[in-house]
Amino acid sequence: MKFLSEYRDADLAKKYLDEIHSTVTRQWNIMEVCGGQTHSLVKNGIMDLLPKEVQMIHGPGCPVCVTPLHLIDKAIYLAEDKNVILCSFGDMLRVPGSKKSLLQAKAGGADVRILYSPLEAVQIANENPDKEVVFFAVGFETTAPANALSIDKAYDLGLTNYSILASQVLVPPAMEAVIEDEESKIDAFLAAGHVCTIMGMDEYYPLVAHYRIPMVVTGFEPVDLLQGILLTVQQLEKGEAELQNQYSRVVKPKGNAKAQELIRKIFMVSDREWRGIGTIPASGFEVRRKYAAFDANLKFTIQVEKVEEPKECIAGLVLKGIKKPKQCSQFGKKCTPQNPMGAPMVSSEGACAAYYHFSGAAETVA
Amino acid sequence: MKLQCPMPKLDFDIITLGHGSGGLLTNKLLDSGVFHLFDNKHLQQRHDGAMLTLEGKTAFTTDSFVISPIFFPDSNIGELAVNGTVNDLAMCGAIPQYLSLSFILEEGLKMTEFWEILVSIKSAAEQANVQIVTGDTKVVEKGKGDKIFINTTGIGHLHAKADIAPSNVQPGDKIIVSDSIATHGVAIMSVREGLEFESELKSDTRGLGHMVSILLDTFGEDIHLLKDPTRGGVATVLNEIARDRNLGIEILQKNLPLQNEVSALCEILGLDPLYVANEGIFIAVVSDAISEEVVEKLQSMEYGANASIIGEVTKNHPKQVVLTSAIGGKRIVNMLAGEQLPRIC
Repeated sequence: MKFLSEYRDADLAKKYLDEIHSTVTRQWNIMEVCGGQTHSLVKNGIMDLLPKEVQMIHGPGCPVCVTPLHLIDKAIYLAEDKNVILCSFGDMLRVPGSKKSLLQAKAGGADVRILYSPLEAVQIANENPDKEVVFFAVGFETTAPANALSIDKAYDLGLTNYSILASQVLVPPAMEAVIEDEESKIDAFLAAGHVCTIMGMDEYYPLVAHYRIPMVVTGFEPVDLLQGILLTVQQLEKGEAELQNQYSRVVKPKGNAKAQELIRKIFMVSDREWRGIGTIPASGFEVRRKYAAFDANLKFTIQVEKVEEPKECIAGLVLKGIKKPKQCSQFGKKCTPQNPMGAPMVSSEGACAAYYHFSGAAETVA
Repeated sequence: MKLQCPMPKLDFDIITLGHGSGGLLTNKLLDSGVFHLFDNKHLQQRHDGAMLTLEGKTAFTTDSFVISPIFFPDSNIGELAVNGTVNDLAMCGAIPQYLSLSFILEEGLKMTEFWEILVSIKSAAEQANVQIVTGDTKVVEKGKGDKIFINTTGIGHLHAKADIAPSNVQPGDKIIVSDSIATHGVAIMSVREGLEFESELKSDTRGLGHMVSILLDTFGEDIHLLKDPTRGGVATVLNEIARDRNLGIEILQKNLPLQNEVSALCEILGLDPLYVANEGIFIAVVSDAISEEVVEKLQSMEYGANASIIGEVTKNHPKQVVLTSAIGGKRIVNMLAGEQLPRIC
């Protein structure tokens, strides 16, 4: 398959691996920011092939993992309203809220639908004028344009029964929060390729310059990841700190202007709560006042109690790369993909689930 | 091959509650539809059940079919309901002989659709050389079903050379898939509501009894285990084998046969083909010594062109299935925690 098979080429992968092995001289901690990269590292067994000096640390770029618990409870609360059709991306359904997941709410009779695009939700709203249709708009800069487009379209259609429950977060502030953390051990980043496809690279230059930390915008296929890791290791070994673009076949320096314009039209930057990390200033989007009618948070009176995360769960430390999943006392014991205590165990992009599948923890608890 | 049978004249163009009442409507539906189409000496008895004479060791299995949509590229739920149970018998090393056929119909199902399904059932049964000897029809109110649910139960006598059991699986055995994986599940996904792909992909549902019979004729007890990787896909079946035998399984990603179109749709939909349902393939665990010959034999058959040795059974890492990726990395292929859910990005 063109544009895929060449980035899964075993010979090329081996070439990059050999180069990584011959370049590295000491211990480096590299954080891959995006959950999609984590998923690919695990799926292709890449961590196994890297020299032991190169430690990959799984970053906070898993939208499922960082969506606050009370927002999941809100989505469930809305879904259980007989007048609401709640639409969501697939992997949000299994995430545990404080009492249940959307999947359990669906089994209990709630109208929860898995969609691939928020535009489908607009269509459902158009076809069901007597129902309220809410899209659970979770994600990073990558999902923001489509979510914005859904509001833009609903506005043009004059729909009054469509809204989004947004947990729209931004990558650069989270990277900064990770670097700023006193316990942080991150030496370099693989920046998130698809986020940069939308937003471009400009936001990252100040981070690289200010913190003197190497960053390589990296794709998702095995060869992409290995090349990204090699470029990062080369910088680290030379003591350089540059912003490089490994994913130039997709990422343009200025990003996608049209998508950015659409985002600015519908959303404004706001403080956001991140599950496991807490509130990070200016780290997300909320719907602009002009489109307030499409903001489910404002449209509905949603009463959910603020619930504390389970005390044993160290998701926040894992998301910041301070602790490895295996350092959690509950890992693979009380907390498994079948019965996750914290969100990183839910999604296959989550660091804990990734480790669980990768490391044979399944066997130790079977 | 599709059968062409003209639909008999019926009083209704949709299924009504009356068709499940047991009264006149039921009888008319059965007489001019089911009995007419599946006619055989057992049905002609018009008795409460079929009385069969069985000889020797017999396999017995049942399965229910609740697929949505009920019509999908090149096939429908009826064909699936026959092939599914026939294939379960084949996986036991049995030659399928008799089927029961039960419908739960939802009020409002179009008679033309029901007829098309019945015709597909007849066609699939003929191809698999099985007789439908007993059955049942119930109708539920609109909203209480999903157009049509089908249950089939099957009986077949064991092939004389068959010795198929999980306990026969040994370290060193090779694991073979009989054809490309994930085709059926992806074909179904491509026509689900909301996902309109311009795709030519067809379900690969088919009876596997004939292929299995040839393998058993040729290789007999060297065929240690047969499984059809339906729900949960290849990964789930391999995990079941590893768990039940307390042995490890190693598979090679580069040996997994996958149609280009299936692979592309899996990429788009965020699905792992290892977990996607299959209807027209089986997994064979066979002695190392004959494994190449089995693949050659399969490749010479109509539905085995892409047969491949995908891995082997090992004493290492008991209960675990380990995949070596195309670039040489390893990962554990677990059972799914639940349904496979598409990822956000």
